[in-house]
Amino acid sequence: MVHLSDVTKYYGKKRALGPVSFEIERGDTVGFLGLNGVGKTTLLKILACGLRPSSGTVTIDGLDILDEPHEVRKRVGYLPELPPVYGDMTVGDYLNFAGRIRGLTPEAVARRVPEVEEYARIAEVHDMPTRNLSQGYRQRVGVAQAIIHDPDLLILDEPTHDLDPVQIMEMRGMIRALKDSHTILISSHILPEISQTCDRLLILNDGEIVASGTEAELGDTLLRSRGMVVTVRPGGHAGVGASTGVGGHAGGDRDAGGDADTGGDTDAAAQTAIDALERVIRSVPGVTGVRLPDRPARAIAAAGALTIRVYGEADVRAPVCRSLVEAGHDVIGLTRAERELERVFVELVGRAEA
Amino acid sequence: MGATGIIFRREFGAYVRSPMGYIVAAVVLLLDGILFYTQALGPRAGEFLSGEVLMRFFYNASGLTAVAAVALSIRLIAEERAAGTQLLLNTSPVRDWEIVLGKFLSALAFLSAITVATLYMPLMILVNGKIAFGHIVVGYLGLTFLGAAVLSIGLFSTALTRHQLVAAASASMITGTLFLLWPLSQIVGPPLSRVFAALAIHGRHWAGFQQGLFHLRDVVYYVALTYFFLYAATKVMEAKRWE
Repeated sequence: MVHLSDVTKYYGKKRALGPVSFEIERGDTVGFLGLNGVGKTTLLKILACGLRPSSGTVTIDGLDILDEPHEVRKRVGYLPELPPVYGDMTVGDYLNFAGRIRGLTPEAVARRVPEVEEYARIAEVHDMPTRNLSQGYRQRVGVAQAIIHDPDLLILDEPTHDLDPVQIMEMRGMIRALKDSHTILISSHILPEISQTCDRLLILNDGEIVASGTEAELGDTLLRSRGMVVTVRPGGHAGVGASTGVGGHAGGDRDAGGDADTGGDTDAAAQTAIDALERVIRSVPGVTGVRLPDRPARAIAAAGALTIRVYGEADVRAPVCRSLVEAGHDVIGLTRAERELERVFVELVGRAEA
Repeated sequence: MGATGIIFRREFGAYVRSPMGYIVAAVVLLLDGILFYTQALGPRAGEFLSGEVLMRFFYNASGLTAVAAVALSIRLIAEERAAGTQLLLNTSPVRDWEIVLGKFLSALAFLSAITVATLYMPLMILVNGKIAFGHIVVGYLGLTFLGAAVLSIGLFSTALTRHQLVAAASASMITGTLFLLWPLSQIVGPPLSRVFAALAIHGRHWAGFQQGLFHLRDVVYYVALTYFFLYAATKVMEAKRWE
């Protein structure tokens, strides 16, 4: 259905994309995952015939996008990151216009508008000017305009952009319902958003695809890269709480820590304790990295606890937790940083460069 | 209805739905009315012959039509670029000339509606005066041709940018230059004077319409000017469509 071969895009001398090559089969739902600015929108715009690649070939349904853009555009439905809605038109008029401009007859549009409105659950705002719609409704209207002509290929650029959690769930449901009848390309910078709806993921970084595969195939890579966020209240027999004068079951007194006369000594002691805490975590087998807040001593003074990101080759939650407790610290929070895409990319890019 | 017709309907609807269209119409009609009053109905009434009043009316209306044409055209593409709706057109199976033509015709239709709304003024001359009906028809044809030419300049300007102010400045500069060519042609010697006079948008080519004289060469001039800028706008659209 979609075939890209050595596609690049340059803005002046700056490379925004590529070279990228991949194929997408008819009926697939593929997610493009990457941080902001890595080339996702550029890639999707090229596929939607909205941007000319600097080099390489792109064919959709066997048609070259540069040779036969008119025919390709009939087969593609595109939702940009910001829905292209005319604020002065009502939802019904806008969908009518979008359908007609994509080549539908007046009869076909009259039939399709109620269908897509029902599908996108926007029938209740049919007569409302699009400028008065909430962001959630605007996104839904954007999806409705993209599918009004029942395209073979549906391209959704960040379809959950600026949506609240309930709206995100609704949007996921809409996309799942479209999977049976369309080839779908979705971009996002949030892993769970597309891993739950896509059959296959392509991970972009710096304009290149650094990993691709099904969620299961990428699982090992992603899991290895996943980190954890541990919230620790320094204390116990390591003497951190006492020395910093804050928090901890050793019963440190917050006021003592704030004493101006002893402030300098306290800061130094707190830093020593934080260093010791970091050493404890780093000594755990499997831990590959530890990231502290910018001003850890101030964080302890303010919250009585320290939130630390820990990265490991494998799941290191249990050994890290055990080591911290054995060292006399309280572990008051522990979550898996599954959305730490930045770290995933660092590892993937490092591997790609190697 | 082809893509041109679909875009025409959308754009004409946008003029009707937005305050901009009404503001332009109100200002043009108000100023036309004031100027007509001062020359035909006010204290100076009776100073001029009926035919002269009509010529003065068309002269004033030509300037206001040109200004209105710039005001109506600058939003046509720049606004789409700024709002991101251009992406809908760019990724739809619509050709650039269809977009340009649809937008041009919608602006021309709205401008013509404003122009037609001034018709009561020349008709009022008939109450106490005598004018040729053909003079009115030719004068309004001239306003339409002049308006179309300036609209095409505005469309070309708005195709260049996403900022309406930049488009307005560009359209005003081009139109202003074409207006200035006529007085310039009176100052410089030949052969430049002949070139300037032939290219001037509001001199020799306009004078005939104002006087109720229909010359084919004037029609050809305005049609050629309109075609040139619409063609240029289409080329700009083609160049920018893939950006």
